[in-house]
Amino acid sequence: MKARVHVMLKNGVLDPQGEAVRHALGAMGFDGVNGVRQGKVIELDLAEGTTEADVAAMCEKLLANTVIESYSVEMG
Amino acid sequence: MHAAVVVFPGSNCDRDLAVAFEAAGAKVSMVWHKDSELPQGVDIVGVPGGFSYGDYLRCGAIAANSPICRSVAAHADRGGYVLGICNGFQVLTETGLLPGALLRNAGLKYICKTVGLKVETTASDYTSGYKAGEVIDIPIAHHDGNYFADADTIARLRGEDRVAFSYAENPNGAQDDIAGILSENRRVLGMMPHPERAADPVHGGTDGAALFRALTGALETV
Repeated sequence: MKARVHVMLKNGVLDPQGEAVRHALGAMGFDGVNGVRQGKVIELDLAEGTTEADVAAMCEKLLANTVIESYSVEMG
Repeated sequence: MHAAVVVFPGSNCDRDLAVAFEAAGAKVSMVWHKDSELPQGVDIVGVPGGFSYGDYLRCGAIAANSPICRSVAAHADRGGYVLGICNGFQVLTETGLLPGALLRNAGLKYICKTVGLKVETTASDYTSGYKAGEVIDIPIAHHDGNYFADADTIARLRGEDRVAFSYAENPNGAQDDIAGILSENRRVLGMMPHPERAADPVHGGTDGAALFRALTGALETV
């Protein structure tokens, strides 16, 4: 079974990489991009029986730094 | 004073930190990340700069969960001293020994230069050798040195006089110009600038040496 974890900087935390991407898109002529936030996706290949709560514990302890990041988990 | 310097795969300031401790009169033991125990009688643990575990996932995140870091946290919980510099500061925030986190520099560039650092408090065994408000010249070398914490945490750090150093001119977007902070018991210091790189005349500056001298002075008398 698989799980997909999305990790994003929390709202209110400056995302300078997203800002740089937004500027680049504007400079390339893509109008109307009001904001860009950049995060990461982590795919986990898990033993059968691993629960969403197990994955949440992995996020809390390692995959995300909850001081600055939020995460969401997609199972299956 | 007996100092232990932790070495992770990717650490690159470990020997510089050992030399600075030794120059101030300390005995130094190097400790590998897979070791689970600190040597007997260690007074202070130095967590050095570099790119532990290649900065994979987040700077300091994997180091913070290494076997030796559990011993470092236990040492701090017993009231032991811990000095984290640059990547070491990132490791200490990831372990939760210090509040906040270090984000990518606001200008996105890796910055390597000597900056003016204001001594915000002399009430610690790290900073007692300086004058309050004094500006010292210390190099920075980082890509992720932009200190972030929520407003309540910043207010608490300021209210408890736990900001050790701030930037005279903010190079990286750090909140409230914060360059280094102390733990509640003032024995854990994390800072992005590198005092060990300004500790000998051949470095081009010696403003960092007073930090190590103050520390050995304080710990010799314990």
